Amino acid sequence: MSSKIRVLIAKPGLDGHDRGAKFVARALRDAGMEVIYTGLRQTPESIANTAIQEDVDAVGMSILSGAHNTLLPKVVQLLKEKGADNILVFGGGVIPESDIPYLKEHGVKAVFTPGTPSEEFVSFIKENVKKNES
Amino acid sequence: MNPDNTDKKSCAGSPGDIRELAKLISKIENDRHGCQQILSDIYKENLGTTVIGVTGPPGSGKSSLTDRLIKEYRVLGKRVGVIAVDPSSPFSGGAILGDRIRMSDHATDPDVFIRSMASRGSLGGLAPAAIDVVNLMKSTGFDVVIIETVGVGQSEVDVVSLADTVLLVLVPGMGDDVQAMKAGIMEIADIFVVNKADKDGKEKLVAELKMIVELNRNKMERVPPIIETVAIENKGTSLIMESLKERGSWIDEKLPVIRKKKMLDQLKHMSIDRIGADIFAILDEKGIFQKWTQELDQGSSNPYKAVSELIAKLKIEWSGQ
Ligand SMILES: Nc1nc2c(ncn2[C@@H]2O[C@H](COP(=O)(O)OP(=O)(O)OP(=O)(O)O)[C@@H](O)[C@H]2O)c(=O)[nH]1
Ligand SMILES: [Mg+2]
Repeated sequence: MSSKIRVLIAKPGLDGHDRGAKFVARALRDAGMEVIYTGLRQTPESIANTAIQEDVDAVGMSILSGAHNTLLPKVVQLLKEKGADNILVFGGGVIPESDIPYLKEHGVKAVFTPGTPSEEFVSFIKENVKKNES
Repeated sequence: MNPDNTDKKSCAGSPGDIRELAKLISKIENDRHGCQQILSDIYKENLGTTVIGVTGPPGSGKSSLTDRLIKEYRVLGKRVGVIAVDPSSPFSGGAILGDRIRMSDHATDPDVFIRSMASRGSLGGLAPAAIDVVNLMKSTGFDVVIIETVGVGQSEVDVVSLADTVLLVLVPGMGDDVQAMKAGIMEIADIFVVNKADKDGKEKLVAELKMIVELNRNKMERVPPIIETVAIENKGTSLIMESLKERGSWIDEKLPVIRKKKMLDQLKHMSIDRIGADIFAILDEKGIFQKWTQELDQGSSNPYKAVSELIAKLKIEWSGQ
């Protein structure tokens, strides 16, 4: 009986770089998690639907385009509408410090800027997913 | 429907709701033996569902083709379920499941349900829970279920026991691989797909497949067609659909025989899996593993002897009933 942590790593918005997303995906896999990777240019709708079909514990989104203040809260809101607000939402990419409080107010549980060591987001997910389960 | 109704620990839920279906699949993946009751309750040999297996070597275009098949079936108004299996890392137990990248057009279609699965413990083969998930989807009103597995030996064979039709997706430039696969290749493929037909070496691959087909012609009930496709340009997809349709009517005739054989295959898979798990649990409980380890350590037994003794004991118990 082994429960695996499942995480969706998505790239919303129009920017075409997924190096960061792939780095996170590999780090989570190496930490024993099952990572669903969706590729570039996903809409908030498709991210929320995918999260539900894949029954993930967490959704991580990498954004470089500057549209984080719209895209991240939108995914949080859609998950809530679909009755899936127990899914942990976190963000990463180029996000200025000054935007982080706004994002957190809107249900984004953590924001990891470039250069964050992988141990940090791995343990963040492990700790918070466990809390959700109990 | 309120998703909180489903108890996280127990295996229950009404799989008609997408979120509950998704959660039920996770429960099956995490503890399939604990889910026997619900699986048994909803088990229906739903003859209306078409199950298609898509297998072949890594990167041959299985997901791209699956994406195209989903489109074709959606045009026909069919509700489509997809199970995409990728291998788990043997080192961390984790996995990166990337098949959805090629199927993202369907992410917001309420009549398409895609689920990525890691193979977890099974040795390069099909995820053990895949059989259950196919049965679950059959019972919840999917007209078509497509299951994608990476063909690295056993999974190609396993998928046969699940699917009505198996597409073996090959690509040009893999002549030697075809040679290596030759032994089992006829038993696996109902339809050969030569994808990436835009690449060099297509003629050679097609010729080799034709030769294999010729050599086995009299052993086969039905000669598998060879179809050339370019999945990324949507070339050849309609030929696959035609082939599936033809095979469908052939299957309808043969249905009783084919389904019986597949059901027996499934039953064997399931019982081996279940018996293994149950007996392991008993052996563990009774401390037999410890005893074995000790005996092996002392040199008073060996693995062959230990297993023979176990089987002999089981046979006595069995005949005592
Ligand atoms: N040139 C060419 N490239 C193709 C074709 N079909 C798929 N590809 C490309 O081949 C690569 C692999 O395609 P996938 O559909 O992901 O292949 P797959 O068999 O599902 O791969 P795995 O699941 O990783 O084993 C992608 O970059 C596709 O764009 C084709 O017909 N021609
Ligand atoms: Mg694939």
